[in-house]
Amino acid sequence: MTSVTNAPVPARVVLNQADIDRALTRIAHEILEANKGSKDLVLLGIPRRGYPLAVRLAHKIAAADATVDATAIVGQLDVTMFRDDLSHQPTRPPYPTQLPRTGIDNKVVVLIDDVLYSGRTIRAALDAIIDLGRPRIVRLAVLIDRGHRELPIRADHVGKNLPTSSAEKVRVRLEETDTAADGSVVNEVVIEGGA
Amino acid sequence: MKHLLSTEDLSLANAIRILDTAEEMAAVGDREVKKLPALRGRTVVNLFFEDSTRTRISFEAAAKRLSADVINFAAKGSSVSKGESLKDTAQTLAAMGADAVVIRHWASGAPHRLAATDWIDAAVINAGDGTHEHPTQALLDAFTMRRHWSQLAGSASTGADLKGMRVAIAGDVLHSRVARSNVWLLRTLGAEITLVAPPTLLPIGVEHWPCKVSYDMDDTLAQGVDAVMMLRVQGERMNASFFPSTREYSRRWGFDDNRLRALDSLGLKDTIIMHPGPMNRGLEISSAAADSPRSTVLAQVRNGVSVRMATLYLLLSGDTREPAATAGAARNHSTKESN
Repeated sequence: MTSVTNAPVPARVVLNQADIDRALTRIAHEILEANKGSKDLVLLGIPRRGYPLAVRLAHKIAAADATVDATAIVGQLDVTMFRDDLSHQPTRPPYPTQLPRTGIDNKVVVLIDDVLYSGRTIRAALDAIIDLGRPRIVRLAVLIDRGHRELPIRADHVGKNLPTSSAEKVRVRLEETDTAADGSVVNEVVIEGGA
Repeated sequence: MKHLLSTEDLSLANAIRILDTAEEMAAVGDREVKKLPALRGRTVVNLFFEDSTRTRISFEAAAKRLSADVINFAAKGSSVSKGESLKDTAQTLAAMGADAVVIRHWASGAPHRLAATDWIDAAVINAGDGTHEHPTQALLDAFTMRRHWSQLAGSASTGADLKGMRVAIAGDVLHSRVARSNVWLLRTLGAEITLVAPPTLLPIGVEHWPCKVSYDMDDTLAQGVDAVMMLRVQGERMNASFFPSTREYSRRWGFDDNRLRALDSLGLKDTIIMHPGPMNRGLEISSAAADSPRSTVLAQVRNGVSVRMATLYLLLSGDTREPAATAGAARNHSTKESN
């Protein structure tokens, strides 16, 4: 190691728009393959950025399987009330929970989130699901797995495995939820901070 | 926001935040498991120095749906009847580890006293103090109106305010904490308010309130109104002759069958009739009006649980153990990445 600087490390893009799109296309096909088709599939996105990813995945699944209506299989699952750190953080306002009309009983639910890190969000999501019904199977798909798990949870479908240091921050920016500083449309995953 | 004491100092952003959170809480009532674990291990004390059915039950249901432990304390049959002071009662509750105190008191300002002193370090929620304020009632009324108003506009109620909605609040304004809380909150949300009451039942200084005042119910209806809120004639506070007879009151200021028909003939087909309860049927509101499809009385009760869940959640779920000195810094601290 030749030099160590304390200057902030600039954010570096690890996935651009085309990379995100390719990863989602692959995950969509993996979901169909693992489920041996589209039967009983329900995609539940975790706010905020899991939901737009779930919508994108639903459209990709519908494109691959003509029998699927993208809007009928996708929903949003808010896990705020089920978090284990509620009393250690500033108050978080809850987001809406919207299930597909078919419900989730006896369905194959695929949870969708942007980044898998400690696993605590997914733990909360599993609790939230149990209060809403009894799926036959629950699977997990994430765009980024950055490691550092604190609970025995793993993803079934991963867009990109991203080894990180816990000092770094992984930011997913999607056009549905974020705008760049200059107001332009963004679809990217960046790593900030760390050394 | 540490306490909910009045709607007068409630900002628009905080009001919308409570109403939006209540919108999410309302969905829990339709679920298979009508319970959320958000306030597990927190203790909510219902401290009621005055009789109440729906407010106490509503707060109890709200706290239980959020998995909090509830202790009900009624002044009747307690040490208060032996002469215990508010300070000693509060300190007793603090020693038992109460995280929130929902207080109803016959004295205006009692909740402020509890919040401003160091008797107890819990969140204080005003559930009605004397003739001063009843903020959660105003919030549930606003929630009910907002749902109606955005349904008419064909838009989602989340994030919306009440801009342009014409609301008449009619009856015993003088003794009504519901009217006071509603005037402040509805003004903040952008509604146009008219108070309708006999001059004897209007408080001194009402001309400085942010609302219009009318003595004539029919005139107010004829000018067009989107919600009529009837107030209860508070017999227990009527220690003087405020009006000649109940018959005359109900004729001139009550919402009777004639006025119900008048709404139709005036073309006000979307006007709702509200009442905070308990109703004096036949006095300020007729049975036909209370049971008509326009009546939102039961919806108000239902929404009351959602609004109180939202209030308890927003006051209690965050990190409440922070020392007061860093409270400002903690608010500015952005929420941690939710990976």
